[in-house]
Amino acid sequence: MTTPTIHLPAPAPLLTRTGWSAFFIALIVVCAVAPVLNLWVPVGSALHMSDYAVALLGKIMCYAICALAMDLIWGYTGILSLGHGLFFALGGYVMGMYLMRQIGRDGNYQSDLPDFMVFLDWKELPWHWALSDSFIATLVLIVAVPGLVAFVFGWFAFRSRIKGVYFSIITQAMTYAAMLLFFRNETGFGGNNGFTDFKRILGTPIATQNMRMLLFVLTGCTLLAFFLLARWLTLAKFGRVLQAVRDAESRVMFSGYSPLPYKLTIWTISAMMCGVAGALYVPQVGIINPGEMSPANSIEIAVWAAVGGRATLIGPVVGAFIVNGAKSWLTVTAPEFWLYFLGALFIAVTLFLPNGVVGLVKKLTKRGAAQ
Amino acid sequence: MTPDLMEEGARRIARVQAPAMGQTESGGRAAGFARVATPGEVDVTHGRILYLEDVHVSFDGFKAINGLSLDIAPGELRCIIGPNGAGKTTMMDIITGKTRPDSGTVYFGSTIDLLRHNEPQIASLGIGRKFQKPTVFEQLSVFENLELALKTHKGVKSSMFFRLDSAQSDRLAEVLHTIHLADGVARQAGNLSHGQKQWLEIGMLLMQDPKLLLLDEPVAGMTDEETARTAELFLTLKGKHSLMVVEHDMSFIRTISEKVTVLCDGSVLAEGTLDQVQADERVIEVYLGR
Repeated sequence: MTTPTIHLPAPAPLLTRTGWSAFFIALIVVCAVAPVLNLWVPVGSALHMSDYAVALLGKIMCYAICALAMDLIWGYTGILSLGHGLFFALGGYVMGMYLMRQIGRDGNYQSDLPDFMVFLDWKELPWHWALSDSFIATLVLIVAVPGLVAFVFGWFAFRSRIKGVYFSIITQAMTYAAMLLFFRNETGFGGNNGFTDFKRILGTPIATQNMRMLLFVLTGCTLLAFFLLARWLTLAKFGRVLQAVRDAESRVMFSGYSPLPYKLTIWTISAMMCGVAGALYVPQVGIINPGEMSPANSIEIAVWAAVGGRATLIGPVVGAFIVNGAKSWLTVTAPEFWLYFLGALFIAVTLFLPNGVVGLVKKLTKRGAAQ
Repeated sequence: MTPDLMEEGARRIARVQAPAMGQTESGGRAAGFARVATPGEVDVTHGRILYLEDVHVSFDGFKAINGLSLDIAPGELRCIIGPNGAGKTTMMDIITGKTRPDSGTVYFGSTIDLLRHNEPQIASLGIGRKFQKPTVFEQLSVFENLELALKTHKGVKSSMFFRLDSAQSDRLAEVLHTIHLADGVARQAGNLSHGQKQWLEIGMLLMQDPKLLLLDEPVAGMTDEETARTAELFLTLKGKHSLMVVEHDMSFIRTISEKVTVLCDGSVLAEGTLDQVQADERVIEVYLGR
């Protein structure tokens, strides 16, 4: 018997033609259009991009990286983390320590030590600040610290087969515990006030328009690069195993896959991405304090992903822009309503848009095409 | 004799027998007394691919499995019947590593102690399992479901850089034909009919190329035609693979079975051909005599 040939689907390309076009347009906007509009177009012009807009968009792009990281672990693997704010803050603290050391003797007390240490009457740098003088070491630690914390936590949690809401609660407790730890003065993280009053990065003044623009461009490029990385991860068989773990973990095990290394890998990658986002965030907003580890922040990351659309990659990025755009607008015009709005948005999305904004757009275009 | 000496002797025998290895499932070796256990290889020279002896499991005092002893020959198609709560699914849980028995022995071939392995390891050793409720990856396509089940390296790194080679594509196409889903390669598994999901799950088992298949109610929810085709498929698998089929559909069992085991209250009540067990008075009492 001859079997007729079956056309097996070819592996999907990293991005489609339109996808690549959109990608390069985004790249050009971030690397060329935004700098030109901000730095060269005169302030009075209608086309001028204000410093406020640069700061706001830069911040939102950091959040979008977190949302992307959340999508990998929640959207694709079905593991809802309510502790991603911790990884974001850890990356931020590593960067913050470096920026504190860059202040040098220009602080209020004209000491080699950061001001808060002088205030606490400390005579030398604690051990965990040892590498904070080196920029290279800082770059390594930005991914290594959140990665290591996530790996150790994940190893114990996933090995014990902790799943679902229990896992979410534990991650929430983890970030809360870390927040309490960082609040304490004797842990050497600046306590309640955290790190602020940064002056320089790599010896260059940090508060200039050019430096802000540079950080903006770096953040945008990182977001785009992470998007490609996430796309590659999810398109590979690796990504399909993650979705399989989400949909039927027992079937995955009985197919010969051990879910533990898969969960651990994506969990750690996700945490590292958040760490990078935090490190880009801190020099742009000029402060990092334990408030970044508060449970609400972590929950917000999940809201961005849900609003945009889980398991779509582009969705959470869009979601981060929508929610944070609305936030910056509402907290100015009607600050008392912001939290109600956020709550209502989350409920509405869960009830009516299970696939988020992207799911809605897809549905509408499909319906449009059908008619 | 120290353990070291014994192992040294075992290695010497392995060297001598090396040329004969790998010819058949048992490495071309005949039954004997001084053979060497090769890790990961199923030794069926004693004529048994699965061997359970005096297995006990209880959940909160309820004895789900109570002194179960059962064995299956290589290439055999064994049907398991029994009333609800007889321990059929629990038995499969034990074999596949999902449930740890309180006591007893479970061997795959003569040398592999299944109680020392976890679920993914047991699956890699060559035991495939179909669940009672069809369990496929609903969000993925039929093709992707089969591709995931494919027998290959299943580590993280190899999954990241995995590409289907031509032999694997051929195998996939062959299985797609076997399970009659060749037209629906790109369909999302969640949109398949119940019977098609059952077939897809069976197809996923075939992709794993297991030596022993455990099938929990494989024809539940299938049309008569689909049931007939499933029976046909199982009969072609028999011989090359060993199958253990749990079913309630007596006409299906009559079509495929040579030997039937009746489970009741966690142990074997009767064993024999379908006619023999149907004639058994104890069986009639607990199961067939409604």
